[in-house]
Amino acid sequence: MKISRILIGMVFGFFLLHVHAAIEPLSFKNQEQENQYRRLLAEVRCLVCQNQSLAESNAGLAGDLRKIIYEEVQKNASDEEIVDFLVSRYGDFVLYRPPVKSSTYLLWYGPLALILVGVTVVVIMIRKRGKIEQNALSEEEQKEIKGLLDKAKASEGKES
Amino acid sequence: MARSLIPLLIFIVLAGFLYVGLGLDPRKIPSALIEKPAPEFTLPTLLDPSKQTSSGDFKSKAYLLSVWASWCVSCRLEHPVLMDLAKNTDIPIVGLNYKDQREDAVRWLNKYGNPYTVSGYDIKGRVGIDWGVYKVPETFVVGPKGIIYYKHLGPLSNEILERDILPLIKKLNKGVS
Repeated sequence: MKISRILIGMVFGFFLLHVHAAIEPLSFKNQEQENQYRRLLAEVRCLVCQNQSLAESNAGLAGDLRKIIYEEVQKNASDEEIVDFLVSRYGDFVLYRPPVKSSTYLLWYGPLALILVGVTVVVIMIRKRGKIEQNALSEEEQKEIKGLLDKAKASEGKES
Repeated sequence: MARSLIPLLIFIVLAGFLYVGLGLDPRKIPSALIEKPAPEFTLPTLLDPSKQTSSGDFKSKAYLLSVWASWCVSCRLEHPVLMDLAKNTDIPIVGLNYKDQREDAVRWLNKYGNPYTVSGYDIKGRVGIDWGVYKVPETFVVGPKGIIYYKHLGPLSNEILERDILPLIKKLNKGVS
């Protein structure tokens, strides 16, 4: 009983260790630099665990990149300089918001194009439906047809 | 009749895209370094900390830069491939020992054999970051003029070597001599 309790405690203890791994105590010269650091961490993808940002990831590489970003921020580097540093090594893929250029047009404008296609299809369908209604007979024409039919019935009755 | 086939056609096209998507590996990211100059480095060698190796040492002909570590399981997979390559060709294989402990790495080489012409000891992984390393093992082909022409993620196989790497190195070296 006691041993199992200790074991359970150890397991949960490990979870705690894990949770704390991504948090590094850092000091910043001013609030602006801290904001810049946090902003960049949220923008950059961790390459080892691809659906996490650098801020969220516990991977070793993410830790190294955080450190580099921290150092650059301390050196008063601009966002652009730091992003260029990362992109020149890992490509646009590291950015959660890749730049708009010829190879990313599909990514940026694809969804919009799909919406346009959808809207076009809907518009065409509505127009077609409208035409069918336009083709419908007017009241006068209806009366005329009714008259013709009645006449035909009447003449049929006479013949038989 | 033709109209009723349209949804089926759309479905087939969509299914085709999804099927291709299943086969793609999202971890294979095109390297930003292809056709760019190889990042320069100067590192202490793994076997002798008093000596240094740098990217300038290998400029006369094409070489492989292989990122490895003793903690990397799939490095064991590609190890025999590199051993064969070292034995059968004179292509320099520059090792980048990535975030490893020196004793562990030396023990690993003693145990399994050392295919590397030289290994740089990159304990902090800083050179690895310059080379855009994120998935060990990685293999780069660097041309005689220090330009990166090819990158392979994950363990090398004889297939990849025969199909991509050896012909490329042959072509690169031809341009020089």
